Amino acid sequence: MIQVENLYKSFGDLEVLKEVDLEIEDGETIAIIGRSGSGKSVLMKHLVGLLKPDQGRVLVDDVDIGEIPYEELREIRQQFGVLFQGGALFDSMTSFENIAFPLEYFTTMSDDAIRDRVHECLDLVRLSDVGPKKPSELSGGMRKRVALARAIALEPRYMLYDEPTSGLDPETSNTIDELISQLSEELSVTSVVVTHDMHSVFSIADRAAFLHNCHLHWVGPVNDIHGQPDETLDRFVKANEYHVGDPLRATATQRGQP
Amino acid sequence: MHACPFSRDLTLNDPRPVADRLLAPFYTLGRYILLLTRAFTSLDEVRTYWGNLVTQMVRIGIDSLPITALAAAFSGAVLTVQTAYQLETSFIPNTIIGSIVVPSMMLELAAVITGFILAGRVGARIAAELGTMRVSEQIDALEAMGLNSISFLILPRVLAGIIMFPVLYVAACLIGIGGGVLIGSAGGFLSAQEFIDGARQFFKPFDPFFGLIKSFTFGFIITSVACYKGYYTSGGAEGVGDSTTEAAVQSCVFILIADLLLAVTLL
Repeated sequence: MIQVENLYKSFGDLEVLKEVDLEIEDGETIAIIGRSGSGKSVLMKHLVGLLKPDQGRVLVDDVDIGEIPYEELREIRQQFGVLFQGGALFDSMTSFENIAFPLEYFTTMSDDAIRDRVHECLDLVRLSDVGPKKPSELSGGMRKRVALARAIALEPRYMLYDEPTSGLDPETSNTIDELISQLSEELSVTSVVVTHDMHSVFSIADRAAFLHNCHLHWVGPVNDIHGQPDETLDRFVKANEYHVGDPLRATATQRGQP
Repeated sequence: MHACPFSRDLTLNDPRPVADRLLAPFYTLGRYILLLTRAFTSLDEVRTYWGNLVTQMVRIGIDSLPITALAAAFSGAVLTVQTAYQLETSFIPNTIIGSIVVPSMMLELAAVITGFILAGRVGARIAAELGTMRVSEQIDALEAMGLNSISFLILPRVLAGIIMFPVLYVAACLIGIGGGVLIGSAGGFLSAQEFIDGARQFFKPFDPFFGLIKSFTFGFIITSVACYKGYYTSGGAEGVGDSTTEAAVQSCVFILIADLLLAVTLL
């Protein structure tokens, strides 16, 4: 379980997060939503200790990760898999080497076992034949899928996804969403998905947390998002629905737009 | 409430920005020392660094050999010609040219030329590499996996620098002296025997040792400054460009300062 308690974060004069409280239950998939620049990725980076709060704390399995020595934090981090926005693949390595990297450093697996595990992860993300290719030879969607394969290589308890579908075409986005759902079900991991793509939210998440004006504005089951009296949340959701074909799209069609 | 008539002056005299500017070098120095301390103290198993260390030794040392050799050969040759030109009199024996050129190469030129060339070649490369890793979140990815990114990235690069720079210095010395011998013989104004006799006449065993201390120091300066600049890069492609430039320029400045300090304290 991950708990965020009264978290504040600023960068210089720019306040990013204020009074953020959030509990993430084991096994659930929670989507952190909000406009670009609302602090979603900043909040996610706090969950794995990549950023330190100015005030407040983050607890992973009741351990305050801001208070423990760096060596203990590193052990806790090994329970996490993180998919970064651009993939963050090591560009000097091939896809195979990227996925094998955490296995080589954090396990005592033999070379054969590592090779098998890498192929297993590549199969899981449906990219069996890209092992020898470097990240520069892959498309954006493929890079994210290889990064996903690397993130799950150590079978983490927690998966953090930073904008997993941003910049991808709808079909590739759907593939990524399917993979996230599949991984959550098959590996029973706790997933935190940072996104502003409501289509993804409805596809993969159990709950959503809406960040607005530095605060956690709304938290609840995704099924409750529609019909909320909250105007800010409603406006955000509807702005997204335009893209996936709900009410506003009809208006656009009436205006003669595709 | 009326605005204070002196408010503009007060704003101009606001001590905070000035204080920030005055303290900035100390903040940078503190962060640099902390970074290196963490790189060399919080260590994992040797196998974590070994592969990276070998790669960096090849990139910093072996790959830099051609340009170092070229610069050293030309420097040795030019120094020999110019020294011969300045001492063109029948009262001074030709062997003096070797007595001047060889210690100059050992004490100063080999180390400083190698340092300047590698500040551009190696320092800029390290800063650009780490800077790109920073802005593309590859360093965050290493940390999120549970790896100590500082020791993983910085330790092999700095170690490779302090191991390979002395090797390059020795190569630069030999090739530079070789360049001097060759140009003297080819130009017909100094035989190889005269050159070597002159070099032997005033040779001090401390000279190459002093050069090795310099090259070791310069290797540390170039790699550590570049690692610092690259690791703390921010601001995307522009930030990477800034870090790369700053790494090369500041390394050169620190080489000059270290050169003077070592000469004053050790000679």
